[in-house]
Amino acid sequence: MELEQIALTVNGKEVTGEVEPRRLLADFLREDLGLTGTHLGCEHGICGACTVRLDGDPVRSCLMLAVQADGREVETVEGLAAPDGTLHPLQEAFHACHALQCGFCTPGFLMTIAAVEDPADLPAEEAGVRELISGNICRCTGYHNIVEAVLSYRESTLSEVDRPRAEVKR
Amino acid sequence: MKPPAFEYERAGSVDDALELLARHGDEAKLIAGGQSLLPLLNFRVAKPERLIDIGRLDELSYIEASTDTLRIGAMTRTADVQRSAVVAERVPLLAEAASYIAHPQIRNRGTVGGSIAHADPAAELPTVMVALDGTVVVRSAEGEREVAAADFFLGVYTTVLEPEEMVVELRIPILPGTSAFEEFSRRSGDFAIGAVACHLSEAGPVPIRLAAIGLSGRAVRLLGAERSLAGSGIEPGDVSVAVGVEVEREHPGADPFARRVVVELAERAYVRAKDRQLNGGSDGA
Repeated sequence: MELEQIALTVNGKEVTGEVEPRRLLADFLREDLGLTGTHLGCEHGICGACTVRLDGDPVRSCLMLAVQADGREVETVEGLAAPDGTLHPLQEAFHACHALQCGFCTPGFLMTIAAVEDPADLPAEEAGVRELISGNICRCTGYHNIVEAVLSYRESTLSEVDRPRAEVKR
Repeated sequence: MKPPAFEYERAGSVDDALELLARHGDEAKLIAGGQSLLPLLNFRVAKPERLIDIGRLDELSYIEASTDTLRIGAMTRTADVQRSAVVAERVPLLAEAASYIAHPQIRNRGTVGGSIAHADPAAELPTVMVALDGTVVVRSAEGEREVAAADFFLGVYTTVLEPEEMVVELRIPILPGTSAFEEFSRRSGDFAIGAVACHLSEAGPVPIRLAAIGLSGRAVRLLGAERSLAGSGIEPGDVSVAVGVEVEREHPGADPFARRVVVELAERAYVRAKDRQLNGGSDGA
């Protein structure tokens, strides 16, 4: 089987690779690029832990071949924080609201939620947030604090007030 | 698991893809969005010798409406169908059905052509195609043919597509009236246990259209129920009675719970579509 040459942008940097066609995008990111923040929970598109952004849209990297990402822009969870390590405000909200326990599902949630470019466009109430994250499974938290983190993130971005833990309307 | 090994070719054009299919037909699978194929590959349930990647065929990505027909290119992502202002205005039943397809991440990649060609028994788009008497446009290196949705789907993962053929376009009549799509699953985004597409038309020849999934290996029109409801006014509960009778008669082997779900959803879909009609709403306008 011939190897395929691919060239793509990952977290703003141009990368190239030589891959088997059957190489999943998730495995290319994890194994070939060492970006292990993208997690594999089910490998059949159910759990969402592998969610990355492709040309800005959240997609399941376990349901993509690396060759399909040739010429595209891919963003992973490693690209969320600033180069100096300062957390993205969404990551801050997850931290403040205790929205992760084991953290295995967290990259998928972050990439799904952060794909909404303007936090003002995020749902303002619980039902809408649950719909937004319906493609991501968490086994630890029961989702409650994840919902709070999203609402808190939205609210703190709107009001530009830094609060360690926001009171949120439900 | 990881996919088994396969040969890989990227098609540069539709003609290119058709030529590859003509040459490799039997041993090749097309990969478009890959949202149905990749799980099968990852489970190693599917082991095609060759994948033909049609993911760059932008010429098949379009949504166009004339006065009476909505035409959607096979490579159009289901997320784009869900968000399209044209679809929302002309065939809102399709936009509503698309919102039930899996999860947002899946809809960003999955294509309408893929959904139709894969023919999952719980798929939403075939339900709408069957309800509205849509047409599937199929092409091979030999030429093009149009297949009525009623004839296209044969059963579980089975359609009339020949190995050297590919879906290129979906055509859906723009029917004045109102509509509603109802689906039931255990969790948001799960495969449907049952779903019903309902279309009501005050002026047209077919006053009520009902199609359902959950009763058999493919989407089915509930023609007997449609006929018995086509007479004079429909009272609350008439739809569930008519659908209940049809389901018992035509699909006695279907799962009992799914049958009850379909009956209930048919009533709910009718009530919502009727409500829109009474409030002066109109699709297609």
